[in-house]
Amino acid sequence: MKLSLGPLLYYWSRDDVFAFYEAAAAWPVDVVYLGETVCSRRHTLRLPDWFDLADKLAAAGKEVVLASQALIESESDLKALRKIAGNGKHGVEANDFGAVRLLHEQGVPFVAGPTLNAYNPDTLALLHELGARRWVPPVEMPEQMLRAMPVPAGMATELFAYGRLPLAFSARCFTARHYNLQKDDCRFKCLDHPDGLDLRSREGEPFLTLNGIQTQSAKVYNLAPRIDALRAAGVAVLRLSPQSRHMDKVVESFRSLLDGAATDAAQAMARYMPAEACDGYWLGRPGLEHRPDL
Amino acid sequence: MSARLDLVCPAGSLPALKAAVDHGADAVYLGFKDNTNARNFGGLNFDDRSLPEGVAYAHARGRKVLLALNTYPQPGAVERWQRAVDRAAEFGLDAVILADPGLMAYAAKTHPELRLHLSVQGSATSYEAINFYRERFGIQRAVLPRVLSLAQVEAVAQHTEVELELFGFGGLCVMVEGRCLLSSYATGDSPNTCGVCSPAHAVRWQQTPKGLESRLNGVLLDRYADGEKAGYPTLCKGRFEVQGETYYALEEPTSLNTLELLPEMARLGIAAVKIEGRQRSPAYVAQVTQVWRAAIDAVKRAAQDYQVMPAWHQQLDKVSEGSMHTLGAYYRPWK
Repeated sequence: MKLSLGPLLYYWSRDDVFAFYEAAAAWPVDVVYLGETVCSRRHTLRLPDWFDLADKLAAAGKEVVLASQALIESESDLKALRKIAGNGKHGVEANDFGAVRLLHEQGVPFVAGPTLNAYNPDTLALLHELGARRWVPPVEMPEQMLRAMPVPAGMATELFAYGRLPLAFSARCFTARHYNLQKDDCRFKCLDHPDGLDLRSREGEPFLTLNGIQTQSAKVYNLAPRIDALRAAGVAVLRLSPQSRHMDKVVESFRSLLDGAATDAAQAMARYMPAEACDGYWLGRPGLEHRPDL
Repeated sequence: MSARLDLVCPAGSLPALKAAVDHGADAVYLGFKDNTNARNFGGLNFDDRSLPEGVAYAHARGRKVLLALNTYPQPGAVERWQRAVDRAAEFGLDAVILADPGLMAYAAKTHPELRLHLSVQGSATSYEAINFYRERFGIQRAVLPRVLSLAQVEAVAQHTEVELELFGFGGLCVMVEGRCLLSSYATGDSPNTCGVCSPAHAVRWQQTPKGLESRLNGVLLDRYADGEKAGYPTLCKGRFEVQGETYYALEEPTSLNTLELLPEMARLGIAAVKIEGRQRSPAYVAQVTQVWRAAIDAVKRAAQDYQVMPAWHQQLDKVSEGSMHTLGAYYRPWK
């Protein structure tokens, strides 16, 4: 199994982004996803900056994939999408069927991202026919469903295995809303929340994480203790979603587990996680549950 | 462009279908009694006896019937969705509303004469995405997610020959439809796979010394003071705490109402306006259909003279969620 570093879902300063990927070049990950997938207003890095980073990480021996934005709203979003699809050098993750159309037209093989909603064999086969060489199941897909999916020959499965779960996208920016700002004048408040903004129930229980127009789980999905099951389900790549601190430790923990370390290494990860673990989705249960007993 | 603006109304039952038809719907949309549609609620929807009766009732009056098959088929059960498409063709439905590309491929191949609409659950927000479904499966219409401003809708309309259908009124999804897993995160059941959001089986109401509490699978969604109106605990419309402040962090319990945008929708050549609410009563459907019929007729008669009548708002307020209205994303500052 390989490890991938998923696209950075948060908004960080330019220096922090560069520092993060400079470090990542030396981490034991095989694949690195780059690009802004959440909000088109974020601009500490412009497309040419991402392309430069892509070249650097490729030169460091990583498979680089440029990820496209999940929610496309405007002509400028489409312009960026066309540049990514036509970059001519690096792989592309399609996170919207508009991206699939462009990539298919240009005959570019691609990764079918988790928001394409491939829930069944027919849709997966169609994506394969259109040029997908790898696919990421919807994050809510349970083990049982994944095992029942006949994956076409020549197509690999990559699973979201670590990080706060991206659960929803909206036209509205919830971070701006929290600060009583409109999205068009958001003052880039996401910069103040490098791991998102905690949303709790009225009795103080962490529930969700606000990340601009994206809503994430408060808990950290972590399938590290289940690597044998993931392998048995035919998963070829484990996606680790970036967080602002200790990402190197998270990557190392997964790598050591893949290399055969005892599973208590998975439990030892708790100190590197920004919140409690959950694993309900994999078990076909409510996503927020954590059931190490099952 | 000409003002099409077909009025598409919800039919969760045969009486609701008749109410919609009798009060002026151009089309009704409905689903089967299972998880092939996104309103998979107990006591709702149609079976092989009520469906032909409903189709006959509508067709006898020159109205159309659209079948929502807008959840995502899953391995081992794909046939359930495919048989539903077959039944739609057999019963003479005027179109099927689909979200899943695999199912669209089946429908296009097996029933080439059957009209295909792209469901809002397909999350297509750009003309590139809509044209993908057009080229591959020949879809005739796309229902747009409630995330685009009207200017963005216009840009989509200019770059596709696919008819566009917009939501006009009813419960408001604040998230992109088809891309929201909040419900399964809390309860295990998602709109995509189970056809439900914040399902009733996971809801608990409890009177406590602090007030009436609503919980979804144990998660406190809201707490109401005495005299405060308590709505159905839809997850995104609860009150939560962010940095010490308690408020409707995602969205207020409010309804979408775009009556005032009708002339603009007509100018853009929007094919149809959709009313949400298959889970609502026949009385609700009658009331809302009546108002929207009057409004659409007024726009078609003379768009330049169109004004939203205060009586329309009063009638709609009586049946709306939380008695509050919003233009949603169509009005950019909402975002």
